[in-house]
Amino acid sequence: MQLPDVALDRKEVLSFLIPSMKNILFIAGLAGSSKDAAGLTNDGDNLFTMAGCMGAAVSMGLGVALCAPKKNVVVITGDGELLMNLGSLASVANMAPENLSILCIDNGCHGETGGQVGHTSKSTDLAKIAEGAGFTSVMVLAKQEELEAGAKFLVRAKPPRFLLVRVTDSPPTNFKRNLDPAQCRIRFRQAYLMDQSK
Amino acid sequence: MKKINKNAWVSDLFQLFVEAKVTLFPYIPDAGNAKLIELAEAHSDTRPVLLTSEEEGVAICAGADLVGERGVLCMQSSGVGNCPNFLSFVSGGNFPILMMVSMRGDYGEQNPWQYPMGSAVEPILKAMGVLTFRVDKRQDLEGAAVASLSASGKGGQAAALILGQRFLGAKAF
Repeated sequence: MQLPDVALDRKEVLSFLIPSMKNILFIAGLAGSSKDAAGLTNDGDNLFTMAGCMGAAVSMGLGVALCAPKKNVVVITGDGELLMNLGSLASVANMAPENLSILCIDNGCHGETGGQVGHTSKSTDLAKIAEGAGFTSVMVLAKQEELEAGAKFLVRAKPPRFLLVRVTDSPPTNFKRNLDPAQCRIRFRQAYLMDQSK
Repeated sequence: MKKINKNAWVSDLFQLFVEAKVTLFPYIPDAGNAKLIELAEAHSDTRPVLLTSEEEGVAICAGADLVGERGVLCMQSSGVGNCPNFLSFVSGGNFPILMMVSMRGDYGEQNPWQYPMGSAVEPILKAMGVLTFRVDKRQDLEGAAVASLSASGKGGQAAALILGQRFLGAKAF
C-alpha cells in the first residue's frame, strides 16, 4: 500500500540528509532502517545496527547520547519499529539531550515481513505523536525538494529533533552488514574509546 | 531513644554503585528504589532516567556500554516481564548490563496480582543469561551488590541484584 503524496525512494534519502558523517554516532533499528544505515556508513564502526529486538533503537540511542555528550547521535528507525516503543519518545523528550536526533523512515508498511499494511498508512501520525511526547523540533518531509531543508534541520533545529521521512514502499538498500551483535559491540566501543583517547 | 535510619542501606548501596563508576540510573519508580533514585538525582556524577517501560532501560544501559559508561536499571519485579526480548542483544552481544530488581510477589506479599511475575523473575533472568544475586537479609547486601558489580564489570556478564521482600519488607493491603 502506497502512502499518498509520497515519491521518495528510501535508498536515496540518507545520503542527502546526512552529507557529512563527521562526529556522528549512529544507532539503527532492525530491517530496512539498518540496511539503509549500513549503506550510508559502509557498515562503519560509528554504526550499531540491530537485526532483532524491535523497538530498541531509540532507547539505545538515548543511552549513547547521554553518555557521549561530545558526539552527535542519530537514531535511524522505521515506522514499525518506532510504534513498538512509543514510550521511548517521551523518555527522550523529557531527558532532552542536546546531541540526539531521531530519523524515522516511514514507508507505511512492515517491509521486512512482506509489506503488510502499517498504522501510519491509515490514521496514525508519528510526527504528531513526537510533538505530543514533548519534542520541540519536529519535521515531516515527503519530497525530493524538501531534503535540503531536512539536512539543515538535523544540524540546526533545537535538539532533541524528530525527522519523519515519508517514503515509498520500495525495498531498502541492499547491503550485507555484520549481524553478529558481539562483534558489532566491540567494533563500535573500541572505535569510540580510541577516538576519545586521542 | 536513638532514631534508627531504616534506609541507611540505600546510602551504602549507592556508594558502592558510585565507586564502581555507575553513572546512569534508568528506572521505573518503585518503593524499593525511590531513595536510591533521590540519591542519584542529588549526586553530581550520577543521573536518573525516568522510563515508560523497563525494556527501554535495557537498551539505554547497552547504549551507555557502547561508549564505555555504566548504568544500573532499577525496577520492580513486575518489570522483568517487560525485558526478555531486549535481553536478546544483551545475551547475543555480551552487553554486561546490571539490573536492580526490588521484589513483589515474594515473602509476605498480600496482593495476589504480584505473585505470578514475582515467581517468574529468576527463571526469566536465568533463561536470558542474566546472573542473579539475591538479598534476603541486611547482611547479604554488600556481598551481593559487590558480586553483581564485579560480574557486570570486569566479569563481562549481565547481572541482576535481587532485593527480596524478606529484606525490603512487604506492603500492607
